[in-house]
Amino acid sequence: MGWIIPHGVSTFTPEIDRLYYIILVITGIAFVLVEIGLIYFSFKYRAQPGRKAHYIHGNVTAEVIWTAVTAVTVVIIGIMSVPVWNKVKGRNSVPAGALAYNVTAKQFEWNVGYPGPDGQLNTADDFKVRNQLHVPVNRDVVLEATAEDVIHSFFVPAFRLKQDVVPGMRMRIWFRATEPGPYEIACAELCGLGHYKMRAFVTVHTQEEYDQWLAERAAQAQSEAQPSAVASR
Amino acid sequence: MATTAAVVDHATHAHADDRSFIRKYIFSTDHKIIGIQFGLMSLVFLALGGTLAMMIRWQLGFPGKPMPLGSLLPETMAAGGIMLPEFYVALVTMHGTIMVFFAIMPLLMGLFGNFLIPLKIGAPDMAFPRINMASFWIAVSAGVLMMAGFFVEGGHAGAGWTGYAPLSARPDLSGVSLGQELWCLSLIILGLASILGATNYITTVINMRAPGMTWFRLPLSIWALFIASILVLLAIPILSGAAIMLLFDQTIGTNFFNPATGGQPLLWQHLFWYFGHPEVYILILPAMGFVSDVLACGSRKPVFGYHSMIYAIISIGFLGWIVWGHHMFQSGMNPTLGMTFTISTLLIAVPSAIKVFNWMGTMWRGSIHFTTPVLHAVGFVAMFTIGGLSGVFMSSTPVDIYIHDTYFIVAHLHYVLFGGSLFGLFAAITFWYPKMFGRMMNEFWGKVHFWLTMVFYNAVFWPMHDIGVHGHMRRIYDPSQYDFLKPLAPVNTFISISAFLLFATQGIFALNFIISWFKGEKAGRNPWKDTGLEWSTPSPAPHGNFEKTPTVYNAPYEFSVPGMAEDYLPQDQKADQSRAPAGAGH
Repeated sequence: MGWIIPHGVSTFTPEIDRLYYIILVITGIAFVLVEIGLIYFSFKYRAQPGRKAHYIHGNVTAEVIWTAVTAVTVVIIGIMSVPVWNKVKGRNSVPAGALAYNVTAKQFEWNVGYPGPDGQLNTADDFKVRNQLHVPVNRDVVLEATAEDVIHSFFVPAFRLKQDVVPGMRMRIWFRATEPGPYEIACAELCGLGHYKMRAFVTVHTQEEYDQWLAERAAQAQSEAQPSAVASR
Repeated sequence: MATTAAVVDHATHAHADDRSFIRKYIFSTDHKIIGIQFGLMSLVFLALGGTLAMMIRWQLGFPGKPMPLGSLLPETMAAGGIMLPEFYVALVTMHGTIMVFFAIMPLLMGLFGNFLIPLKIGAPDMAFPRINMASFWIAVSAGVLMMAGFFVEGGHAGAGWTGYAPLSARPDLSGVSLGQELWCLSLIILGLASILGATNYITTVINMRAPGMTWFRLPLSIWALFIASILVLLAIPILSGAAIMLLFDQTIGTNFFNPATGGQPLLWQHLFWYFGHPEVYILILPAMGFVSDVLACGSRKPVFGYHSMIYAIISIGFLGWIVWGHHMFQSGMNPTLGMTFTISTLLIAVPSAIKVFNWMGTMWRGSIHFTTPVLHAVGFVAMFTIGGLSGVFMSSTPVDIYIHDTYFIVAHLHYVLFGGSLFGLFAAITFWYPKMFGRMMNEFWGKVHFWLTMVFYNAVFWPMHDIGVHGHMRRIYDPSQYDFLKPLAPVNTFISISAFLLFATQGIFALNFIISWFKGEKAGRNPWKDTGLEWSTPSPAPHGNFEKTPTVYNAPYEFSVPGMAEDYLPQDQKADQSRAPAGAGH
């Protein structure tokens, strides 16, 4: 608890968390200095019999020092942020060869489109699973995401990943999970009265588990395809 | 109210006492009455916005449990006393809308813009008194329209105070039609009131300063209100334009924001935040100005770095225009823009830090009298610092990926808007109350209110950083839906209980405000021994303000000038010729 970030399980986690802690230390120092200064001044310079305030209008040296120190500090924070941002969200950040999935958000569910047995997305053997994203561990994954109705936001706290999904736009969201397990996907952008229950799961498998799961679901989807072709949802 | 028989020798205001009750207190053109009208209206909205927050906190602290008095609400809001999700999103939307547009902004600009500007620059009234009156009554009608939304079919607007399209543009997707239309209409009308007010303030400051009141003798409160008025004049029309487009999308079938028919949802966000970020500074700059005035008076010292303070206000006002994209880092906006907005946003930390250090410099080697307004002013500096520092986290784009749209943001914005603006307003209200009503507020209850507010306020908003860092999303009706949020439930309950206590504490302020109006100790002209021009007139100031136009000889904060008998030198009082104060020559 406190200001500690919970354990994260993607390749973004170490870098984003490190940046967070660096900012926490810098702002923490400023916080302590200012608050202690305020409390100290409040006691030391409180009105007392015989105390007279000093007639001071300012000090140029002090102004220059605190302006320069602040400016340099924030510019350093800015510069440190750039490479991490470019890695996660930069224009060409999606690694070549990433496993691709379609994600379609709508009130109030996340539909994931998987490549079928042919391994190709957007072909006839694709199948859809509602609110379930299954991916292999230690593989680059890219989600081709869009929204059908309003803006939603794809948020996986354990991956430190968040991206608004906007109707009419195609978002490419990539990540690489580092530990197998189930993690929650939340919607982070108010999308209507059911926003709070727009919850899904991402399950990170070992490669063998993942291959097995994909084969099972693809077969299941194929067998369902014949009888339900008429009664499509 | 104007019990002091003032000798009004302004030719234009010689008819002061002939005014009927209605012209004097209802449809008044007197800037002080209009200011107080704005103040009372906004305080009512502040209480209402707070009530909505209490309902939100009930649902978050005790999800799914029937609300106390919840059975009084109609079935469309709370079924059997248990809040419905559609009512929850309306509450979240209206809490933000009311607090920003109908409470904090009109308190800062409507109440103090009106009340202080003419008094502190030595003018008899605003440049356009009738426009001023129109501004208030237009704001009232906007408020009535906004309230009407609670009573219409489909409920009130539920797309957040930011009204993100297409949710706000598509009644079929939000389930809200008339409520969202009233929301747009009310903001358009309120915008008109703001534009009229800002025009008036700018004109008044430029044209009606008393002889000798040069730009660099203006108190920082006036500088801040002046720059904030320019921001209002430039920013509000953008909101009005966007709201008109949204209203057209909802009603007459235009497609500005609907992608299904060629619109662009991000256009709304760009327009909204291009207004919205300057708005953030409209909501904090005036409070910074009031705090500077109060701290100097309380410390019996000139403001440290008066000129730096002015340049900081101007740079915040300017930088405020080039940072709107930091609200949109995760929106799908071109990621390359992220870097630009990171740098411009971080740069705002510089003038903000200058201000904090100068406030500390003002207290340094002073003789601080901890009256209620001074306590609130020091509280402002302490809390605004936290809000400013937490802003550094989200200005770093990678960290923002994680904390965007979480309670970390909620904590940050409340440290600025409550810890900042509202503490600044408490300082200002308690400081200028004697000039408004001729009576002092009770100091004992004022201090009780300050300390309880300080404790409960931090108990509410500090833990929100914590749950934000654990990924707790904003605007979530029921956090117990998520496994990763379940361990945070006790924190949410603690926050809610603290919030109820914080709300109850404000009752002390309300009672003190009302009772002091009738029973408070009579205030003389200058109860705080301050240097501003407003303190040279009777309390309350008569119609026309000054017995004769004051002449200004001094810089605004000439406290503790060496060699003088009194520790303050009013701006309109000539210093002893042999010992002219250093700051007087600007």
